[in-house]
Amino acid sequence: MATTTTTVPSAGPVVGSRSFLSRLREGDEIARIITFLFAASVVLITLLLVFELWQGSVLPRHKFGFNFFRTSVWDPIFDQFGALPFIYGTLVTASVSLLIAVPLGIGAAIFLAELAPARISDTLEFFIDLLAAVPSVIYGLLGVFVVIPLMRDYIQPALKNTLGFLPFFQGPMYGMGFLTAGIVLAIMVIPYIISVSREVLLSVPRDQREAALSLGSTHWESTWKVVVPFARAGIMGSIFLALARALGETMAVTMVIGNAPVISASLFSPGYSIAAIIANELTEATSDLHYQSLIELGLVLFLLTFILNGLARLLIVAASQRGRGMGNA
Amino acid sequence: MKRIAVLLLVVLALAGVVWADSALLINGAGATFPYPIYSKWFDEYHKTNGAAEINYQSVGSGAGIKQVTEGTVDFGATDGPMNDDQLKAYKDKHGSAILHFPTVLGAVVPTYNIPGVTTSLNFTPDALVGIFLGRISKWNDPVIANANKGVNLPANDIVVIHRSDGSGTTYIWTDYFSKVSADWKDKVGKGTSVNWPVGLGGKGNENVTGLVKQTPNSVGYVELIYAVQNKIPYGAVKNAMGEFVMADLASVSAAAAAASTTMPDDFRVSITNAKGKGVYPISSFTWLLIPQKFTDASKRDAIKGFVTWMLADGQNYAENLSYAKLPKEVVAKELTALNKIQ
Amino acid sequence: MNSRLRWRKFVSGFMLTMTGVCALVSVSVLFFILGHLVYHGGTSISWAFFTKLPAPVGETGGGMANAILGSAKMLLLASLIGVPIGFFGAIYLAEFSGGTTAFVVRYAADLLNGVPSIVIGIFAYSIVVLPFKHFSTLAGGFALGLMMIPITLRSTEEFLRAVPGALREAAMALGASKWKTIVTVIVPAAYRGILTAVLLAFARVAGETAPLLFTALGNRFWSPGWNQPTDSLPVAIYRYAISPFEDWHRQAWAAGLVLLALILVINIVARAILSRGIAVPRS
Repeated sequence: MATTTTTVPSAGPVVGSRSFLSRLREGDEIARIITFLFAASVVLITLLLVFELWQGSVLPRHKFGFNFFRTSVWDPIFDQFGALPFIYGTLVTASVSLLIAVPLGIGAAIFLAELAPARISDTLEFFIDLLAAVPSVIYGLLGVFVVIPLMRDYIQPALKNTLGFLPFFQGPMYGMGFLTAGIVLAIMVIPYIISVSREVLLSVPRDQREAALSLGSTHWESTWKVVVPFARAGIMGSIFLALARALGETMAVTMVIGNAPVISASLFSPGYSIAAIIANELTEATSDLHYQSLIELGLVLFLLTFILNGLARLLIVAASQRGRGMGNA
Repeated sequence: MKRIAVLLLVVLALAGVVWADSALLINGAGATFPYPIYSKWFDEYHKTNGAAEINYQSVGSGAGIKQVTEGTVDFGATDGPMNDDQLKAYKDKHGSAILHFPTVLGAVVPTYNIPGVTTSLNFTPDALVGIFLGRISKWNDPVIANANKGVNLPANDIVVIHRSDGSGTTYIWTDYFSKVSADWKDKVGKGTSVNWPVGLGGKGNENVTGLVKQTPNSVGYVELIYAVQNKIPYGAVKNAMGEFVMADLASVSAAAAAASTTMPDDFRVSITNAKGKGVYPISSFTWLLIPQKFTDASKRDAIKGFVTWMLADGQNYAENLSYAKLPKEVVAKELTALNKIQ
Repeated sequence: MNSRLRWRKFVSGFMLTMTGVCALVSVSVLFFILGHLVYHGGTSISWAFFTKLPAPVGETGGGMANAILGSAKMLLLASLIGVPIGFFGAIYLAEFSGGTTAFVVRYAADLLNGVPSIVIGIFAYSIVVLPFKHFSTLAGGFALGLMMIPITLRSTEEFLRAVPGALREAAMALGASKWKTIVTVIVPAAYRGILTAVLLAFARVAGETAPLLFTALGNRFWSPGWNQPTDSLPVAIYRYAISPFEDWHRQAWAAGLVLLALILVINIVARAILSRGIAVPRS
């Protein structure tokens, strides 16, 4: 909704836009300049942040180049640093979390958008939003004292007994590791999937549903085969948002993942994520190369989340436009 | 409502500013190895000498060395003495040197959580190195079992727990390993952060203890007091004379006995795998890292005052927390060295 | 035909029930978390927790008074940084800016919003801690403030834009200058939304831990002024949770309960403010 720019006739006989001096006198120009400075500071801060990340990682970029992303040795003594285990860990835990969160989240969003009466839907959405507000360290706290023992004593053995032939569920069971981190992350990102998907589903025009129902489809069929595909872009967007959140999570992950730079097919294995190793080693990296390698990891994380957030936004905007464009009959 | 909020903000801001100079706050950071005794010391010292508050953050020796070099803390602490490169880096950055001051003697013990085993196990150097290299993967492996006849060791997988942060305790442990195993020295080496072949990482002595306590079939290495305070079993280690020795005040002091008369001027010395009877082989001094030159005279005096107190009254608190006192010769030498600080 | 229809109807009923289960599971997690915190933490909350300093390692009986104060100080500082920049920046975007500038500023804000908090911590470490040679409340508050900026900026802009054009035009027709319109008409009209945005941003950063690890470090005593390291609730929870001491574990639960209660209360209040307010017509 654009602000209308009307021209206000000043005290003098001048019609049309006011002169600079009259604007200055009436305080508008000052207001404009002051607020501009604040807005500009946001841009400056962001530029400075990107600059610091880039400048601060110059040593490993020159020394290792792209090999940084292909080597898996992280050895401070011999000054060898490779990012592979951390990228692997970050991606694996994020994938596990999405595998759990996406079905649950979309299912819940469908329920809230399609089935639940408005009041219940709003109340449940309220609780989901509160869930999104729970800080990471509290998830970590629960992870350490509740989830890890649960995993180690019940869930991991059960998985090993039933699905142990798969390489994912082999090996010693510590309670901590990729799977545990993935589960904790799943709980953290579900609210994002639910709230955005619910909004997008709600904005699907009614006539789409009605058309499907009038052709004889069941409620589920109209939802799953018509409404959800219509909102597909927005739902994808919510998944990207969730993914971006999962990638950047630090505290909950470092408290349950085991902090070992290991690449393993087994989900029971301990691992490491980019955010976790930065948190553990930044303040103690003694050699410049070590320190800057950590910064480079930060840069990688930044770029990943940047791309994902951008894509997410595009998709969500596109989805809501589509719904709105076709009219809400 | 708005006015009240603004007023509150102003009051709080002023309070913060006014509060600024109430006490002299000195910041230090570093090793988790001596954290129990340091936290006791700084607390007691503050009670008897209220002028200075010494805030010590147990973030690991690696961070202690880095932060004192960066100048973001007033002093550091480490159980792995700074090497020549690190000393040079400090000197280049600050123009003056950084000094090591030993505070207590401690021991790093192998602690474990094996279902059904409540006694102290005997560990040979080969067993320990093998476990941490990943070569020995089950508790009932012959290398371990042969030293522990009569103990029912289960056929469970060993969960190795090491440090995820830069640690002086790791330095002591890997220093010992490098001395008893050429294999370890080649493959992994010694340092505050190494490339561990196997295992999970815990942050600080505290986390490793917590992890061992909570994880069945695990083994980790921690400073003695952590195992004692948390009542988790720890093992005896075979020393250079072939005896299996448990870490305690006597065996740790024995390890330092030889070194105390030959202590170098900069106090950097390793006493792991020391020769002698009744020596616990994984013992070590732990050091405070104090800059030689202070720009702030009150901070300098406060720190010198603390070190003087620590070398006298402070030593009396050590044994209660299972740290061994410094040998008398070392104390005398340190008091002289204190004069170097300007 | 009939059996096929029955099958489809069954599938429909079944799947829809499953979605209900999904929703139930998701919501019940919140209550599970709250329940655990109340159960474990509720018994450890005592007067001592709120008023005492931490005890030496291994000894019982300490409290988290300094962490609570440290959090409060840093959040205050964060608000002083985040709210003005967000608020005035939003006014610029909504009232003064042209298309390109607005795009650039919004893009930068969204970028900043998406930065993982650990990377914000790196940034604050390199431009506040290292040059000043101090871990400090200032550095911690700065990092948190950075995180507040994009949230306040974007939300405030939305609410300012949602004020109907008729109000603006009426003010201008009466001869008011632009800034006067903003101050006397537009901001008061969007007041509830802006307050909500500020509260939500505040609640968001109140629980952040990662950026504080390298900026505020930690402090076992009271932290005087703004240039010394300070403890904070989230960092204390982290440190105590990974320790082996039972007493510290209990304190971590208690702190978790206090922190979560604070955040949830702020969230609920913020939403209540918004919903009870005058319905602002959406564009």
